[in-house]
Amino acid sequence: MTDTATPPALGLKGVRVQVRRGPTIIEGVDLDLHPGEIVCLVGESGSGKTTTALTVFGLSSSGLVMSAGHVCVEDQEIQGEAAFRDIRGRKVAYVPQNPATSLNPAMRIADAITETIRNEGESPEDQETAAARMLGRVGLPQTTEFGRRYPHQLSGGQQQRVCIAVALAAKPEVLVLDEPTTGLDVVTQDRILDELLRLRGEERVAMLYITHDLAVAAKVADRVVVMYGGFVVEEGPTDEVLRRPWHPYTRGLMAATPDHVAARPLEVMMGGPVDVADRPPGCPFAPRCPQKIDACDVEIPSLVVVSAKHSVRCPEWQRTAAVNWNEQRVQAKELGETAVLLDVSDLNAEHRTRRGTVVAAAGISFQLKEGACLALVGESGSGKTTIARVIAGLHPVWSGQLLLRGERLAPKARDRNQDQRRRIQIVFQSPSDALNPRHSVGEALSWPARTLRRMSRQEANAEVLSLLDSVQLPARYADRYPRELSGGQRQRVAIARALAPDPDVIICDEITSALDVSVQARILELLADLRRDRGVSLLFITHDLGVVAAVADEVLVLEKGLICEEGDTSSILKRPQTDYTKQLLESAPSLVEAIGIWNADDKAVEDRQDRSAVEASDPSRAAGDIT
Amino acid sequence: MSVALASRLRSRRFLGGILRTNGGRVGFGLFVIAVGIAIFGRYFAPYSPLDTLGIPGAAPGNGHLLGLDFIGRDVLSRALYGGRSTLFLAGLATLITYLIGGTIGLVAGFSDTVLDPILMRSIDVLLTVPALLVILLLVTAFGGGSFVLIAATSLVLLPGVARIVRSATMGVATRGYVEAAIARGDSTHAILRREVLPNISGVITADLGLRFSWGIILIASVNFLGIGIQPPTPDWGLMVSENRVVLASNPLAIIAPAVLLGVLIVGVNLMSDAYARQRDRSEGHQ
Repeated sequence: MTDTATPPALGLKGVRVQVRRGPTIIEGVDLDLHPGEIVCLVGESGSGKTTTALTVFGLSSSGLVMSAGHVCVEDQEIQGEAAFRDIRGRKVAYVPQNPATSLNPAMRIADAITETIRNEGESPEDQETAAARMLGRVGLPQTTEFGRRYPHQLSGGQQQRVCIAVALAAKPEVLVLDEPTTGLDVVTQDRILDELLRLRGEERVAMLYITHDLAVAAKVADRVVVMYGGFVVEEGPTDEVLRRPWHPYTRGLMAATPDHVAARPLEVMMGGPVDVADRPPGCPFAPRCPQKIDACDVEIPSLVVVSAKHSVRCPEWQRTAAVNWNEQRVQAKELGETAVLLDVSDLNAEHRTRRGTVVAAAGISFQLKEGACLALVGESGSGKTTIARVIAGLHPVWSGQLLLRGERLAPKARDRNQDQRRRIQIVFQSPSDALNPRHSVGEALSWPARTLRRMSRQEANAEVLSLLDSVQLPARYADRYPRELSGGQRQRVAIARALAPDPDVIICDEITSALDVSVQARILELLADLRRDRGVSLLFITHDLGVVAAVADEVLVLEKGLICEEGDTSSILKRPQTDYTKQLLESAPSLVEAIGIWNADDKAVEDRQDRSAVEASDPSRAAGDIT
Repeated sequence: MSVALASRLRSRRFLGGILRTNGGRVGFGLFVIAVGIAIFGRYFAPYSPLDTLGIPGAAPGNGHLLGLDFIGRDVLSRALYGGRSTLFLAGLATLITYLIGGTIGLVAGFSDTVLDPILMRSIDVLLTVPALLVILLLVTAFGGGSFVLIAATSLVLLPGVARIVRSATMGVATRGYVEAAIARGDSTHAILRREVLPNISGVITADLGLRFSWGIILIASVNFLGIGIQPPTPDWGLMVSENRVVLASNPLAIIAPAVLLGVLIVGVNLMSDAYARQRDRSEGHQ
């Protein structure tokens, strides 16, 4: 699909980057990027993917140094800050993760776009047409009015398109995109990805796309490069690597990625991610590897060629098991006739701001059954978090009726009785501020047990140990402080804190959206265990349909504060009735769909295959159409 | 609130943080010197601060290291005696300010009812009146006793403290751990004490030093104007004022107390500056 005879647009050769007089961040990274090719750098946080991308720009002002290897752009080695300054923005351009903070809020978007290409003596009219042309290239309106807008007058998706236009303005050879769609809604993400595929074909820009999301990689990438602990562990054509991953890490990552097309239990990789500061001497993945041999602990394995373009850094690669994609119901228990725990009827909630009142939820009614997991799904602004906060007693501006086991709940948590407060607990999205930094884990866990279950200090201390055990943390963590914990560990402590009062229902507000997939898989497994062992019900708020498929029994789809569709998980995911749900499902990236691995027995999935065959799910096809 | 502050001041991290920078070390040194003189100086005073010993305004010599003041008292002895009142008044005023202003700020910052605007608008009214005017008014109305001085100084310092504590509280109030506590139905008192206060005590500690030094300046100014501490009590601020008449013959009678006040204020400022900077750095890591 790509012409390998032409020199690569970008080449990294044996690159090692380290903190000045400190630990090595990435080691021995080789990477070729050809014109008209999208290469995805995939890995979890700390894998070195962003550092690799920064290397392309000469690691400007990040405290890192490239201590081995070299960077080539169009077969010319780039050396020294001056040389990198010449290519930045002109030959290699960058699209940042957060468009809202990277566009100058005081600059009209047309000016932002033409800033890099402005020539002296050029008339304002010429600049305006140049900007309009760029806006057209990224699928935005080409009108003068639009170009005169400020960033805050655009939606998040439009802002990201403007960022892409800014990056493309100087006609760079290479575009580096650092998680450009993270933080955007799936529908917007889908449009941006389509736009990138179109640009790749039409303009033959080479793109280095950094993502943690394998499903996104599967959709856009011609080749994927999987990184772990600063090393490239596997690389090759997307189709080959994702259809049959040979590195145990790639495999583990895929097995841990939830998918809404084929729901299945997620597999959890053992151990936690490696820290660059104390990387083992051998293979960075060895401590977590199910198939390691003695040599793995001693020396770093070399890349083994599996097929012409596919190589893997594992001596035992042939032992790597295939991922089981077979669809399997993951429901923890049959619901049927179980009692209703939480009954929400005709809930209307609003946000009052100085500018006026915004309706966040209108006429919402649903029931959460004992021991069930109900997912509230929707894009940002759909009102799902507001509903969660109303139930938790944190958003008192609402009308309607809330019944917990038939008892009416007061709007404010404080006005509810102790037993009601004990029964409903909430866990929030951000692991960074979930825990009070001044309290040890033990203190954080014993307080709710003491206040809501009237335990003595001694009883509570014993309870702390059992709570830590139920979230799979060692007892010694009771003495640790939040800053000593990773994001996933903090989120587990937050879950333990919610468990401490022995609740009936835990409201999970996007609790895994800030976590890496392997950590997410662990949290989701933990929640499934808690449902089974403790009979806790879950109200699971998320925007991720894959996660819904992995945890929920029933789904409520919300659109702009209204219930759009409701039903049990498999029927909503397989046979959506409303256009909105259909659009959500079609936009949500799916590994299974993109690489065409599915269970042929399932008729519903086959239908989906027909539908998606039309779309550019197969990258080689899409490229072939154009060249 | 004072308990949390006290434990923080006691902790090793507080001093360790300050002493990590040069500015902090210098500040700490100056602070120790000034406070040492203010508290223990009187035990080394060669003469009584109240006795008239010679010609008013005599230059140094004759056993008087810093000369004599405008009625012939030993300047050195008066300087060694004169720090305690300022230190005591400013310290107490700062503490009271924090007890009242801090509580107002905490409650206003955490409240989502009309309490917040009511409290803060009243504070704004206080802010519109010039500081010295308030003190002059109160002192002329109620006399210049220690109690009135402390109350007046607190009243002037209060709005700033309330605003700082309020904004720090608001920053913490939307954190996950505070919301979790609200959802648990913890009492406001428990939430403020357990979740909010420990997380804003850094801001408070950094601000405390600045308020304290401002309190010293205010009290010294009032004493300079001659309406605060009454003669013949030795006081640094008062000494600068009363020795104006001998500025030509014995300038040290003014310079010595002024330098001591300066050492104290600069010391406290450098310390709180170093602390604030240290705090920003360590918080950045979290």
